[in-house]
Amino acid sequence: MIVDHDLVIVGGGLAGLAAALKAAPDLDVVVISKVHPLRSHSVAAQGGINAALGNHPEGKDDSWEKHAFDTVKGSDYLSDQTAAELMCQRAIPVLYELEHLGVPFSRFPGGVIAQRPFGGAGFPRTCYAADRTGLVILHTLYEQALRRKVRFYEEWLVTNLVVREGRCYGLLAYDLHSGEIISIRAKAVIFATGGYGRVYQKSTNALINLGSGIGMAFRAGVPLKDMEFVQFHPTSLLGKNILITEGARGEGGYLINNQGKRFMADYAPSTMELAPRDIVARAIQTEINEGRGFEGEYVYLDLRHLGKEKIIKRLPGIREICLYFGGLDPIEEPIPIQPAQHYSMGGIDVDENCASPIEGFYAAGECSCVSVHGANRLGGNSMLETVVFGQIAGRFASEYIKDIKGSQSDEKALGYIQDEAARLQSKVNQWLKNKSKRNVYHLFHRLRHLMMDKVGIFREKKKLAEALEEIREIRHEYRHLSLWSDCLHYCQEFITMMEFESMLDIAEVITMGALAREETRGSHYRTDFPTRDDQHWLKHTIARYNDERPQLTYREVKITRYEPQERKY
Amino acid sequence: MGKYVFRILRFDPQKDKTPYFQEFEYESSPKDAVLDALLNIRENLDPTLSFRHSCREAVCGSCGMVINGRITLACRTILESLKDKLVIIEPLPNLEIQKDLMVDLTPFWQALREVEPYLQPAESHPPKGYRIDAKQMEKIYQFINCILCGCCYSACPVVARGQGYFGPAALAKLYRFVRDPRDLRPFSQWEKIDKPQGIWGCDTVFRCHDVCPKDVRPADGIEGLRRKLIVEKLKKVFRRKPK
Repeated sequence: MIVDHDLVIVGGGLAGLAAALKAAPDLDVVVISKVHPLRSHSVAAQGGINAALGNHPEGKDDSWEKHAFDTVKGSDYLSDQTAAELMCQRAIPVLYELEHLGVPFSRFPGGVIAQRPFGGAGFPRTCYAADRTGLVILHTLYEQALRRKVRFYEEWLVTNLVVREGRCYGLLAYDLHSGEIISIRAKAVIFATGGYGRVYQKSTNALINLGSGIGMAFRAGVPLKDMEFVQFHPTSLLGKNILITEGARGEGGYLINNQGKRFMADYAPSTMELAPRDIVARAIQTEINEGRGFEGEYVYLDLRHLGKEKIIKRLPGIREICLYFGGLDPIEEPIPIQPAQHYSMGGIDVDENCASPIEGFYAAGECSCVSVHGANRLGGNSMLETVVFGQIAGRFASEYIKDIKGSQSDEKALGYIQDEAARLQSKVNQWLKNKSKRNVYHLFHRLRHLMMDKVGIFREKKKLAEALEEIREIRHEYRHLSLWSDCLHYCQEFITMMEFESMLDIAEVITMGALAREETRGSHYRTDFPTRDDQHWLKHTIARYNDERPQLTYREVKITRYEPQERKY
Repeated sequence: MGKYVFRILRFDPQKDKTPYFQEFEYESSPKDAVLDALLNIRENLDPTLSFRHSCREAVCGSCGMVINGRITLACRTILESLKDKLVIIEPLPNLEIQKDLMVDLTPFWQALREVEPYLQPAESHPPKGYRIDAKQMEKIYQFINCILCGCCYSACPVVARGQGYFGPAALAKLYRFVRDPRDLRPFSQWEKIDKPQGIWGCDTVFRCHDVCPKDVRPADGIEGLRRKLIVEKLKKVFRRKPK
């Protein structure tokens, strides 16, 4: 089966919906999502979205320039400053637009949008709706998509991106319901496929965040940028690693070790618990590693002093998570927390218009790297990025389609897509025919543990080299796997099988980038190279798929007005 | 760790004439959620077992199902909270089974679309945003907690009668907008819920309140709509000029 559209947006989270809402209304647009859009991981964002509105009594002197500075400093000077400026400037109108679309933000007395302090920010500028900000923004954009009658293909997994001669021609997708592979011809494609959190064993991400969009684009010839920068969130609930928002510290929560001490005093004396995430996550892991944690696994996040009323009003979702998943009430007990993978700063290499080097192929949101977050993202900037750059992607992809109208050969596209579909079909047939002793899940868990152990918060040459070797071994085993299910009708094993290949690519690129980068910057901490080295490493890592192996090159960072300086908090 | 027996309803409309129960024995930690157990069963015992899942933290609304007779989310049902080591798992009722524990939510989403569930504000907004009293915002807060998981729709005895009732979630969603101070939808537009498929369908037996995993009370919204509808109708009567 073949379907035709002008613009195909892959992913129904915040970036995908923002793109769909800004796409030109006269184009034939469709959003493909492997889950119902409201089941996207954006729904789990908690703490808020940054914009220098200056509504907080202590935020009167805030400005978008200061927001940009905090973003750049937080990124350990690896973000492109033109991109950070663009995002922070757009933040203010975008926030008012979101509110006009229906987002029920919390309010300050006087009726203005409420703001709270967040890590690494000079002023309280994180706008929120209690601790369910992602839920309400995602629902609002989905509601607007219903209003605009946006078309969706739900529960279709895009499996292949068809790129030939530097141009994108379409996609292949697996329809979970029919079990068929569907060919899609498109004039332009936007990926808004999210992060790859589940490549790590401990992750705050949804179970669906396997990162297949990133890996698929990479194999199709789109470069990836800065993949070695992986954010570990300081506070995930012990056990299931469910996110405990930075807002909990923003509202005044303490981090406590087994000596009852607020240990952040030793790491970031002026900002304490509200230092950027890379610094707080490393501090917690250091306390645990040096025996000042509890049971060798966790420290406490203490909210008790905030009082019942504040917790119930500002952090109701956190209380609910603690009650149901942690078996404790944060009003009465401290919360056991540990760092866990949370966000991917790196991703598909795109410019400030969300355009990749491949013609007709765009990316926005967590799967992309513009780059605004550099080596470390500030809390509250990810939802902002999804909406700002989702909109930009929708606009620029629409303009591109209008410019090329009629110039793309439909026949040629069809040939390329059919060729890709035939290759996929033979791969699937092989999977159905093979008989392997183990299924894909075995390799899946092996990879996730490997990444956690050897490519985690603290990195060193030996472990990274070992990891790289083992990833290649796992890939070898993957090539001989078989599908245990006997048909493709609602086959979730097939989905994991398809996506796992991308997880391998992502793991390999992260590890190679981390091994090559002999310095410490933001989230990338090398115990054997513990300082930042601007002379050699103030540059982006670009990974290209070359002869079935990633190949690394480097690119300059765009610096405008904020000269790199030592990062102290 | 302990040995649990999971008795799961299986059905593949392409192959099976009728649904049937299949039992799986699995060694699980009592701290595991039912969703973890389902994932383990799929990964280790039967890769063809189908069910939806995403966030595993009760915010995405994917994994509504019936567990030991109770409609709830599998990710938030911890094994040790169940009385028994026999866990009976069935798909959500009131909806067609697509495969195993996956149901077709099309009628649920259709009902949502019927109520025009989006803010309808003035054309332009104040340049620095609306000013809304925090108290007014708080009134809609319980309704914005809704994750549209469909548990209430499945539990609703009026939906079960199959006469096209919109169901609790869609109506509560409408109330959320009608109460939003930014929303200017005219009464004539939402008046269409003034029918048995709309607000008058509710039997006020509050099954939706019992099953909602997010403590939303959809019937409060339906009650609110009824009150507001009557007020608006009276206003219309009194506004009519005498001949």
